[in-house]
Amino acid sequence: MATLTLTSVKKQFAATQVLHGIDLDVADGEMIVVVGASGCGKSTLLRIVAGLETATSGTVRIDGRDVTALEPADRDIAMVFQNYALYPHMSVFENMAYGLKIRGMKPAEIRRRVDEAAQMLEIGPLLDRKPRQLSGGQRQRVAMGRAVVREPKLFLFDEPLSNLDAKLRVQMRAEIRRLQKRLGVTSLFVTHDQVEAMTLGDRLVVMHQGRAAQVASPMEVWGRPADTYVASFIGSPAMNFLAATLEPGGGAAALKAGLTIGFPDGPRAGAAGMPLTLGIRPEHIQLGEGGLDLAVDLVEPLGSETVIHGTINGGEALTVRLPIPAHGIGAVLPVILPWDAFHVFDGSSGRRLEP
Amino acid sequence: MRKKVIFKGTLLPWLLLLPQLLITGVFFFWPAGQAIYGSFLREDAFGLSREFVGLENFSDILADPTYLAAGWNTVVFSSAVAFSALGIALFLAVQADKAIRGTNFFKTMLIWPYAVAPAIAAVLWLFMFHPQIGLFGRMINGMGILWDYKLNGGQAMTLVVVAAAWKQVSYNFIFFMAGLQSIPRAVLEAAAIDGARPMRRFWTIIFPLLAPTSFFLLVVNIVYAFFDTFGTIHALTGGGPGQATTTLIYKVYVDGVQNLNFGSSAAQSVILMAIVILLTAVQFRFIERKVHY
Repeated sequence: MATLTLTSVKKQFAATQVLHGIDLDVADGEMIVVVGASGCGKSTLLRIVAGLETATSGTVRIDGRDVTALEPADRDIAMVFQNYALYPHMSVFENMAYGLKIRGMKPAEIRRRVDEAAQMLEIGPLLDRKPRQLSGGQRQRVAMGRAVVREPKLFLFDEPLSNLDAKLRVQMRAEIRRLQKRLGVTSLFVTHDQVEAMTLGDRLVVMHQGRAAQVASPMEVWGRPADTYVASFIGSPAMNFLAATLEPGGGAAALKAGLTIGFPDGPRAGAAGMPLTLGIRPEHIQLGEGGLDLAVDLVEPLGSETVIHGTINGGEALTVRLPIPAHGIGAVLPVILPWDAFHVFDGSSGRRLEP
Repeated sequence: MRKKVIFKGTLLPWLLLLPQLLITGVFFFWPAGQAIYGSFLREDAFGLSREFVGLENFSDILADPTYLAAGWNTVVFSSAVAFSALGIALFLAVQADKAIRGTNFFKTMLIWPYAVAPAIAAVLWLFMFHPQIGLFGRMINGMGILWDYKLNGGQAMTLVVVAAAWKQVSYNFIFFMAGLQSIPRAVLEAAAIDGARPMRRFWTIIFPLLAPTSFFLLVVNIVYAFFDTFGTIHALTGGGPGQATTTLIYKVYVDGVQNLNFGSSAAQSVILMAIVILLTAVQFRFIERKVHY
């Protein structure tokens, strides 16, 4: 159990800057999920923490100790890999015992720890098998077990669920969370899946092009996204963005589609006519007269709900998620955009504008 | 997934197989048959008459101390060649795998010796280690060590082992290199995180995972040392001094071509054939099982 502190960690591969200075403070026992599209640098960040890559500059501290220059072996961490990375020539028991044996632990103590972890992960009957005789989910558990027996200061997860089928993924997700809570080990979890991020993390780090676009709790990220990238990345279907300009006084915005939206939480600073991007989540849009007309071009039934894609006046795309059945939706749908559901972003930088 | 193609008649498949069957027939089955047939015959000194002697050729050679000495030479020679060629190749492959720059250059340089014909390779080593005209031969003598592989049997054996192993290192290197590259990086990273230092990673992860490759190469190397080193030995030492570097395959040549004792030579060939069949069978059996995983 430990804290993890990253201070302006940068990474450059030849001419490509992969990480532009990441700062992060992870509290003892906290589960941090690093989420982002592929190529955003999230795996590189994890590998720097693990010691598998060296940072070009910046420091990594585990429990206050500077480990930036240390080998992975000296960092007292455990990692679960995407493809599990089990030792193919060793039995499940040997896989889990490997790290303990290297530390010179007594065979009886190794046996005890492996048995305990195996029982916790329900892989007790598999201890004599080779990895190739296991299913994907079982391999995943063994990989977890190998990390757990070590009782490390830090757990690192590198997209550990992405090779599992959808149902197993949901199940393992819950199990990882339960295990992490129970053991109370500080964890860093990398994923590209926003649902995994939302459900697993105490806090999220949303990465975008080598920068931490936002570091906050899942609900904060969802409710107050720091910029248009975060807003579009978290939430499904993705947030709608509408072009607008700031009205004189800053208390309202004029949508390109021809509607004026007031800001109930207060005026934004800026010159009149400043370009804005207004975001609204598909589930916040309501059915009703007096708003905009949505020209429907695709209807996706989800059972109790329906996702409707269409265009509004001016040609901008709008997605709406309504708690109504799919049948009987006509070619034109009158929708209301509630003022208090809007997120206001700077039209050029994409940053969130607060009152 | 194996795709099965079904031919309508039998003519086309036979036609397609014909070139391979012809080559195997002419260059393997025919001479092999001749050898087996010849191993039961004895010819008089002038080659005028032959008589059937049953297994007498075999019992004669197995009781012949020079044949048994050649057998022992072969054991020493083959194991020395196989282990040094495998060891050096593995070491080089691990280094090449680690290298970040110049790996391709390194690889190309290491593959070259394989392209050199055995006799030419032998001449190369001869010129280097000749006691009077060889650069290294003179150097060793200059250091006060009496070096003359034409007089000292142990030195002669060392030289043919080195020359034969040198050629085989390239072949082994390619296979070890491929084997190393097929070990998933993440497995080694997992071991590093588990606390294993490079040496420990090598012996507990890399080496066991290379076991199938190593086993395959061991058999190939033994077969090479048994059969393909004739040219090297012939050009370097001619089996001497005395019989010091006469291996089984070299003795087949000496008895058959130089001493014109065809019956004995044929019987020796048949024994060698049996050995190679055995080695191949062992290889197939274990390779199919894939050793570890």
